[in-house]
Amino acid sequence: MPEGAEPLLTVTDVSVRFGALLALNRVSLQIERGEVVAIIGPNGAGKTTLLNVISGFYHAYEGRIVFAGRDRTRLAPPDVAALGIARTFQNVALFKGMTVLDNIMTGRILKMRGSFLLEALYWGPAKRQELHHRAFVERIIDFLEIQPIRKTLAGRLPYGLQKRVELARALAAEPTLLLLDEPMAGMNVEEKEDMCRFILDVNSEFGTTIALIEHDMGVVMDISDRVAVLDYGRKIADGRPDQVRKDQAVLDAYLGVSHE
Amino acid sequence: MDVVAKGPWGLDPEHDTFPKLVRDNARRFPAKIAIREKDFGIWQSYTWSDYQAQARLIALGLASLGFRRGDKVVIVGDNRPQLYWAVAATQALGGVPVPVYQDAVEKEMAYVVDHAEARFAVAEDQEQVDKLLLVKRSCPRLEYIVYDDERGMRAYSEPGLMSLAELEEAGKKFEIGHPAHFDDELGKGHADDVAIICYTSGTTGLPKGAMLSHRNLLITARNAAACDQVRPDEEILSYLPMAWVGDHVFSYAQAIALGFAINCPESAGTVLPDLKEIGPTYFFAPPRIWENLLTTVMVRIEDCAWLKRRLVTFFFDLAQDIERSRLERRPVSRWRRLLYPLGQLLVYGPLRDNLGMRRVRRAYTAGEAIGPEIFVFFRALGINVKQIYGMTESSVFLTIQRDGDVRVDTVGTPISGVEIRISDGGEVLYRSPGVFQGYYKNEEATREMLVDGGWARSGDAGVLGQDGHLKIIDRAKDVARLAGGTLFAPKYLENKLKFSPFVKEAVCVGQERPYVTALINIDLAAVGNWAERQNIPYTSYTDLSQKPEVYDLVGREVVRVNESLREDDVLRGAQIRKFLILHKELDPDDEEITRTRKVRRGHVARKYAPLIDALYADGDHVQVEAQVTYEDGRTGMVRADVKIREVAGPPAQGVP
Repeated sequence: MPEGAEPLLTVTDVSVRFGALLALNRVSLQIERGEVVAIIGPNGAGKTTLLNVISGFYHAYEGRIVFAGRDRTRLAPPDVAALGIARTFQNVALFKGMTVLDNIMTGRILKMRGSFLLEALYWGPAKRQELHHRAFVERIIDFLEIQPIRKTLAGRLPYGLQKRVELARALAAEPTLLLLDEPMAGMNVEEKEDMCRFILDVNSEFGTTIALIEHDMGVVMDISDRVAVLDYGRKIADGRPDQVRKDQAVLDAYLGVSHE
Repeated sequence: MDVVAKGPWGLDPEHDTFPKLVRDNARRFPAKIAIREKDFGIWQSYTWSDYQAQARLIALGLASLGFRRGDKVVIVGDNRPQLYWAVAATQALGGVPVPVYQDAVEKEMAYVVDHAEARFAVAEDQEQVDKLLLVKRSCPRLEYIVYDDERGMRAYSEPGLMSLAELEEAGKKFEIGHPAHFDDELGKGHADDVAIICYTSGTTGLPKGAMLSHRNLLITARNAAACDQVRPDEEILSYLPMAWVGDHVFSYAQAIALGFAINCPESAGTVLPDLKEIGPTYFFAPPRIWENLLTTVMVRIEDCAWLKRRLVTFFFDLAQDIERSRLERRPVSRWRRLLYPLGQLLVYGPLRDNLGMRRVRRAYTAGEAIGPEIFVFFRALGINVKQIYGMTESSVFLTIQRDGDVRVDTVGTPISGVEIRISDGGEVLYRSPGVFQGYYKNEEATREMLVDGGWARSGDAGVLGQDGHLKIIDRAKDVARLAGGTLFAPKYLENKLKFSPFVKEAVCVGQERPYVTALINIDLAAVGNWAERQNIPYTSYTDLSQKPEVYDLVGREVVRVNESLREDDVLRGAQIRKFLILHKELDPDDEEITRTRKVRRGHVARKYAPLIDALYADGDHVQVEAQVTYEDGRTGMVRADVKIREVAGPPAQGVP
């Protein structure tokens, strides 16, 4: 990391409250450009809440979020997306009745300009634009090796492939920061290995910064540059994978504290 | 008869090698499409002038690395235009391309790289480069590895590793200092230079590198095309491994000799949709692919609504009856002839279109005997499937079935220039301008192949009919007799079994045994689908294979085969008495089948000896352990309890 370079994302003392429940308690996190950061923690630790607050789905009750030098603590999800943050969901959220290709094309929606009428007629600039976006989407299809299912309805795909399609849709938005909520949940070993490879390839080929939530410690240790650990809404550790693995607070959170 | 073989097969020195013909094509029809490749969802086209330009650049790039005449270049990857160009580039410099199967594991690849003494390798992508880099450690003779797809290659910095783009860039620079180099080298090429070394997968022992000259391939490709009116406007799909001589002959030799277009599918998983989009006019598939197509069709029909299924089944039966009558030259009844157009409209036409076979003028099957039922099925749909016969050592084409003279049980008549005779031992011998130059660095094997007077041995047992049609019975060494002396042809039985969509592979045993038994591999897709519809739960391949219901299902197929065998005068004694379903799929990684998916009978017999012994003992099950090799080369053990099923004896005469 070059000295003095500004982090891509800075979360400072952010708290999120659901009624009486404090889901995030003054959490701070910095993500540098080009990093793969894993966010881990026991169930209910606030991992997904953290992703949701970054993507504008929830709003912070206190604290600041600065992305690419701009304060955007209180933006709505579409504006966040327009800034270059894309995400996938813990439970796959694809349009089940649409083809894989169409699903991925929806990831380009924020990049599309033009009038409804021209789009409907598929004429002139609208046609050129569609071809341009389709060409981009085809690059992603090629990248993620999903050519054989291009025209398959998303709902008919096995779970592992649906996850991959969701990643493709997020990539179609050309994000600077990619948020992955449990990209490997429910996958078998082989699918997990594929997914790891794709995440690393995305990171190295497109230079995309990635923050992911993951439970499989093997995966986390393998692919992340840095690991942040949450427990009961607080960040209890943050560092290189091998450091975090030895951290007493983390061990306590995962294994329980022994009382003598 | 020597006159025929030696006489008219001369070639003029301007057009006697493939790269020279590429140059000629680029002059005669520069804008005609030579190769299409589906990339990023779109069919990208390259003309003959692109073909020439690209081959030239790659050649110059190789020359800049110090390429010498006679150098070997390993080519490995899926069918890609760049790899075909690399073949032409290598030949243009007087080198020899050595294509390797893209799914070969590192050990197999190392054997070929080492044996061929390759200095260069051109690979498709990271997957192949990774293997080649490992190979390079044990084969230091391999100096340069060139790759086409740059994905994932950013972090590599091994010496001698470069992208195709970098190689072409080096070629451009080299050209400035050596503007005449390419044409000079091209001009030095000769018809009798070795054009390619194809390593035959070999159902026995180590692979052997068959050397074919430009003359072998060119004359054979032209003669075969002339026999079957293959034209310059054909379209073919190049989807079979480039390392297999079949793809080399169709996608390279014939494509260049006639100037027709080849189409490279997007990926291995998209072959069927790509086939449909291209609609080839000339199609080649080994029986395995026809079997897969048939299975796909049958599975989809099983999933249809009741009415549709009845309709389709009715018209299938009708068409197959008509086709059988035609093949056996029996008259077709009038009402059947009247119904056929209706079937054409409702079933055959749409299905042909759906398979991508609407424009096919001729489709070949070869490599192995095709099950008669499969053959009749596709012909009945109106697809002109024909059998051809040949092998790597004969530059493929020996015999072709001519239009209007197609039979179920023969492989056709010799093409011009080819002579066939049967040896005293019953083996098929051939003599033709396509007979290979020998096995690379293996004089002994070459001598074994060639007999006196330029005749070569095919290794197949066959019969030459009065009408000139050749009939192949089995591999010469596989035809055997039961202990009682009854004739037994394992391949013949296996093909009959494999017509069932539920049977993926079968190995029949019986030599010197009291009766015939079969080891069967179920087709996971078809049986899995069937089990789902029957509400039979299963967890894995092994679990599914041992379900009693699956044994019942396969048992019915075995009974069907036995019944059809009773119609054959010679082989009726060799009916299957007992069978078992293997707990794992036969896999090339475990050396049980070859990369071209032929059963390695000897290896299977050794590996499953306890199973085979059990088939001739009294028990109804047997415990097994088998070693499996994973794709990354690691090995593991699979344990299972395999059941043995005895087939009910032949029913009394007259029962259907």
